[in-house]
Amino acid sequence: MCEPRAARRSAAGPPLTGFVCVLLLVCVSVASASLDVGNNETRRTAAAETAEDPHHPTNSTGLKKAFPVLALNYDYVRKPFEIALWILLALLMKLGFHIIPRVSNVVPESCLLIGVGLLVGGIIRAIREEAPVLNTELFFLYLLPPIILDAGYFLPIRAFTENMGTILVFAVVGTLWNAFFIGGMIFGVCQIEGAQLAGVDLLSCLLFGTIVSAVDPVAVLAVFEEIHINELLYILVFGESLLNDAVTVVLYHLFEEFSHAGTVTVADAFLGIACFFVVSLGGIMVGAIYGLLGAFTSRFTSHTRVIEPLFVFLYSYMAYLSAEVFHLSGIMSLIACGVTMRPYVEANVSHKSYTTIKYFMKMWSSVSETLIFIFLGVSTVAGPHAWNWTFVILTVVLCLVSRVLGVIGLTYIINKFRIVKLTKKDQFIMAYGGLRGAIAFSLGFLLTDDNEMKSMFLTAIITVIFFTVIVQGMTIRPLVELLAVKRKNESKGSINEEIHTQFLDHLLTGIEDVCGHYGHHHWKDKLNRFNKTYVKRWLIAGERSTEPQLISFYNKMEMKQAMMLVESGSAARPPTHASSVSMQNIQPRESARGRAIPSISKSREQEIRKVLRGHLQNTRQRLRSYSRHDLLVDPFEDHVSEVRFRKQRVEMERRVSLKLLGCCLSRGPDQEQEEDPL
Amino acid sequence: MGSRASTLLRDEEIEEIKKETGFSHSQITRLYSRFTSLDKGENGTLSREDFQRIPELAINPLGDRIINAFFPEGEDQVNFRGFMRTLAHFRPIEDNEKSKNAAVSEPLNSRTNKLMFAFRLYDLDRDDKISRDELLQVLRMMVGVNISDDQLGSIADRTIQEADTNGDNSISFNEFIKVLEKVDVEQKMSIRFLH
Repeated sequence: MCEPRAARRSAAGPPLTGFVCVLLLVCVSVASASLDVGNNETRRTAAAETAEDPHHPTNSTGLKKAFPVLALNYDYVRKPFEIALWILLALLMKLGFHIIPRVSNVVPESCLLIGVGLLVGGIIRAIREEAPVLNTELFFLYLLPPIILDAGYFLPIRAFTENMGTILVFAVVGTLWNAFFIGGMIFGVCQIEGAQLAGVDLLSCLLFGTIVSAVDPVAVLAVFEEIHINELLYILVFGESLLNDAVTVVLYHLFEEFSHAGTVTVADAFLGIACFFVVSLGGIMVGAIYGLLGAFTSRFTSHTRVIEPLFVFLYSYMAYLSAEVFHLSGIMSLIACGVTMRPYVEANVSHKSYTTIKYFMKMWSSVSETLIFIFLGVSTVAGPHAWNWTFVILTVVLCLVSRVLGVIGLTYIINKFRIVKLTKKDQFIMAYGGLRGAIAFSLGFLLTDDNEMKSMFLTAIITVIFFTVIVQGMTIRPLVELLAVKRKNESKGSINEEIHTQFLDHLLTGIEDVCGHYGHHHWKDKLNRFNKTYVKRWLIAGERSTEPQLISFYNKMEMKQAMMLVESGSAARPPTHASSVSMQNIQPRESARGRAIPSISKSREQEIRKVLRGHLQNTRQRLRSYSRHDLLVDPFEDHVSEVRFRKQRVEMERRVSLKLLGCCLSRGPDQEQEEDPL
Repeated sequence: MGSRASTLLRDEEIEEIKKETGFSHSQITRLYSRFTSLDKGENGTLSREDFQRIPELAINPLGDRIINAFFPEGEDQVNFRGFMRTLAHFRPIEDNEKSKNAAVSEPLNSRTNKLMFAFRLYDLDRDDKISRDELLQVLRMMVGVNISDDQLGSIADRTIQEADTNGDNSISFNEFIKVLEKVDVEQKMSIRFLH
């Protein structure tokens, strides 16, 4: 929709506009920073003076001040003002990038945002101010959840469950391999290298390896969104980035505990494995509980539609926070909550609320992502750095090597169990798409300060992040085109595909039963049956609890088509035969009516009406509603459907009245003798 | 059970089935033991009642049609060869099979043959077309009894409208293939067990 506007603007001179935009934003950021400076000065001078209430400047001894018509009190709004200004800055940058079409085609948005962050950070540093740093609390509690919720809520479930085995192997085994390989190799090289790095012990190295080995969902999303690869690859890389959170959490806490304790025993290793299961399964369980609660709540919201979206967000956020309380995997909890809640909430919630939920989620995740990348840039300039050529280059190289080896090795094993094998192209994209991001940075920040290697580690982590996001992010698009990787097929849902897919599901379940094999389809069928008989009845309000999936899919399609009709303004098109489901309730009536009113003249009709009016009170209403084509209670509360129904009503009234008129005119007075069907 | 099964199945038979269907030796013996466990009459063939005794098949909406698919035209008994021939459709497609020369007739588990099997389940009267009535029957079986005929009718109409390219108000095999071109049939219609 902003395409024509952008085209017009770009005709006016893209480089100039872009430059003006960037200048404006830099000025805004400088202004905010200088406001900080100015504020600090006023605070310092205020502190220097005698204690004076800033809200009510009283008359000090001596001079009488004039009544202040205009006063400056920045302190009062400082915090929210700065937060709002930062967010505004981030969004204006995002806007700016899309106005300059050439740049956004070559460089992914994440790189540009990091660049802006670096610029702003540099400016703030130049004026010797305290820059806001991406501290762990801000990141993990406020910036990360919206992105994960958005990803989890709209996760393509079918593709995810079909490839669950592969994803789990990559997430668990792959991350473990990466962590130990990188940590071990770095330790080995550090021992060989020289006195400079000899102070790095094994546990610190392993801790570092853990932090830098995890594939980051934010970075993967940011880059993969723009290149539109096919669903299989997307779900493999993205699923891996989501599920490896459990491994990362466990390993991180494990190594950190060990590095404090000093010694590691075999019992500790077993406890670590047990911890992994507790963290992941516990996180999923917490998420599922909150999801079911959310679904149950949405069953009763039919009278307070306005707050429906809030329930979704609040329950999901609570799931995340509750999991974090117990050191369980918050990400997995959030995903489980979204996945569990979605089918029931969507059945219960009004169409407007559904749109609200979708757009708010997308909005929040977009803002979060933008802020994360900008802060990453700013923190890079600000943070404590200790550049060590060997260490940094070693880390980057090792990350690449271990990723490639891991993917190749695991694919070789996995392909033995897969029906659709992963080709070399797939493997390459998977290896290349293993991007690191802000999670690694925040975890690095979390390292306790007594670890003197912290600055060196942070520098190395930042370098790896920059390398993967910038270099790999920029080159992945041309590579995808070069290798002709299958792209996402942008097909709208087709009712044929839905019917045949369900048909094939039943068929395959039947064949599995004949073979006596309890496979994938068998369990899916059992789950569906359980869902239909027990769960849906509790969680979905009203009649929709018994609605088969095919019917709800069909209704959704019809709804979409109706909305497209309204938006494209084709109001004059008469309704086709196979149009809306509710139409079906009208059409038999119409044909019945056609049969019931073939040849009644106007006077006859008046007579009948008089008789009935006198004797049968109800019939009048029935006749009236009959002739006024009163439809059923509108199941959709959308304006769209109303418009459509009104159109169709008018159309039908016209047709029926024509029929009546035609009959009366054609048959003439002979028909007065005929028996009326009434 | 296992030893009894292997004595009843001669090696030459196993070889023939292997050539025809592409199953491996172990799979054939495994499926043979399943065959004999279903064969309550112990006469080396399965009847419709034997299939209907499988509990999950009874609650499957397409149960009857699946059972019928095993029996060749007009017959009431199916032997082990026929059993295997039908199941061969659901074998996963191997990578090395794709490079086989075109002179060899198409294996039973090729994409076209898989789709033909599914098509035949819709098209009961074997006229190579899925008519509106046949589609309605299948929809009714899948959706249950609570939905009105009119609703199902409009769904069926829309389905045919989407798929029909030559305007004969029914879905031919080619139109069926075209509609499912985006669906990953090789994966959807394969059972890993039969790998």
